[in-house]
Amino acid sequence: MLELQNINKIFGQFTPNENHALKNINLKINQGDFITIIGSNGAGKSTLYNIIAGTYAPTNGEIFLLGDPPHALRKITKQPEYKRAKFIGRIFQNPLLGTAGKLSLEDNMLLASYKGIRSLKINLNDKKREEFRERISVLGMNLEHRLKDNVELFSGGQRQALTLLMAVMSNPQILLLDEHTAALDPSNAAKVMELTEKFAREYNLTVLMITHNIHQAIASGNRLLMMDGGEIIIDIPKEKKEKLSVGDLLNWFKEIKHKDLDNDRILLG
Amino acid sequence: MAEVILIEGLIYGITALGVFISFRILDFPDLTVDGSFPLGAAIMAFCLLHGVNPALSFFLSFLGGCGAGLVTALIHSKLKVPSLLAGILTMTMLYSVNLRILENKANVSFLKIDTIFNQVRTFAESLGGGFVSGDVAIVIFMLFFAFILKILLDLFFYTDYGIAMYALGSNPQLITSYGMNQERIKGVGIALSNGLVALSGGLASLYNGYSDIGYGTGIIVAGLATVMLGEFLLRSNKIFWLTTRVLLGSILYRGLMFLARMYGYKIGMEPNDLKLMTGLLIIVCLFVSKNDIKHIVKKGLLNRKEGIT
Repeated sequence: MLELQNINKIFGQFTPNENHALKNINLKINQGDFITIIGSNGAGKSTLYNIIAGTYAPTNGEIFLLGDPPHALRKITKQPEYKRAKFIGRIFQNPLLGTAGKLSLEDNMLLASYKGIRSLKINLNDKKREEFRERISVLGMNLEHRLKDNVELFSGGQRQALTLLMAVMSNPQILLLDEHTAALDPSNAAKVMELTEKFAREYNLTVLMITHNIHQAIASGNRLLMMDGGEIIIDIPKEKKEKLSVGDLLNWFKEIKHKDLDNDRILLG
Repeated sequence: MAEVILIEGLIYGITALGVFISFRILDFPDLTVDGSFPLGAAIMAFCLLHGVNPALSFFLSFLGGCGAGLVTALIHSKLKVPSLLAGILTMTMLYSVNLRILENKANVSFLKIDTIFNQVRTFAESLGGGFVSGDVAIVIFMLFFAFILKILLDLFFYTDYGIAMYALGSNPQLITSYGMNQERIKGVGIALSNGLVALSGGLASLYNGYSDIGYGTGIIVAGLATVMLGEFLLRSNKIFWLTTRVLLGSILYRGLMFLARMYGYKIGMEPNDLKLMTGLLIIVCLFVSKNDIKHIVKKGLLNRKEGIT
């Protein structure tokens, strides 16, 4: 579904500040995978996302994505970000980045209801509004009657839940979640996480989720990747993941890197 | 007096609509306006002197403005130049272009030409009986003209493309995330904005009876003051009211300027002070919108009652 081959990313190559952010990443993601990615700061998680989404071009290596026609991998290494965004949904940590605050809820949902080039058609009608109302009621946040309100009036949790719904509505091949619950309070974070799992199940989504929380990484999803120093050091498939505990993960890390995982944010989060 | 304010308000209101698109909707401070306004006037003068059909000459003014806007947008997006600098570059280049279009004259008079405003005036007077005076007829003509433009603009912002353009100003990342090209939408928006400004420049030159190379000075500031004044008049998030309040703000602004010209001499003001007044007006507007004035006044009164001050 998504394939990365020998991806390297070097920032500031041939300068004194050279930073080898991704080292020879090979990754194959299958349809329906729900992958959690864990790693300390500077492990290369966000760089990996930026490479997949197209914000940065890789220094070398190739990216393939299943697109139309289905069942055929296409090379998307050189495709600009906005073009491959048709197949990739991405949610950021900051709830403000996923919705347009100055637009009403219905306008935001209209933007999300399909991707790509816009025409001079007026597509927002009462039938669409009814459909949006039905969709938004799934969130259980009492937003059904606020279709005409500007999104900037909503809380962070509401905006992030809406971002998630909009990303799902646009029907992406793969959904990239970048610590999307980290900026929310615990109850909203739990709510958004619950919705994420619900949508992933119902729409059989392929999801990649970065998290700093080791418990969350183990609890959700069916595959776990651990990154450190620009490499994927641990890749735990579904069968092993079910029996996985925090202790196991820490021991493995110690075996591989010959040092303790001493990141408070990961352990305590 | 009221007629003049209304006519000027509606003519410059079209400029304000353009400024509203670039500043408020796209969040793109676009200084091209100072060049595209006289560009519209210059194209109009060229068309009049060469006997081009009035409707076509309006359209050519609009197209000229679109072209100027497109140049700014291309400089901004292709060369990664900040929006302000891109606008200043185009504006400066337009000065020479405008002089060329005016055939190297700084000022072209339409005295001997029967402009569309003259025709409206003669038509109204030919009806006889003093039923509608010439100026009132022009007000009605401009009301129609501005209203049709406004409705077209509203319709545009109801379409998918218009909504995407609005979203671009609010959150550019969203546009990329949903598979649209930011640069293209921005280009179309800036072109549209400058097209409206140039159209308004053409109208202004027709109304004043001459086209001048110095028309553009301070147009952007006046437009911005207009947009801000309008924002005090109405609060809404509906595009219909957003554009309405721009036009209302323009009439209010012209009214204020008219008062300043009429009665300013009593406090020693000269016509030359108008630009300073416009700038101060913007500063006052910014101050009022930053600090909720009503709130401050109320608090002050309360404090006085309690004897704190």
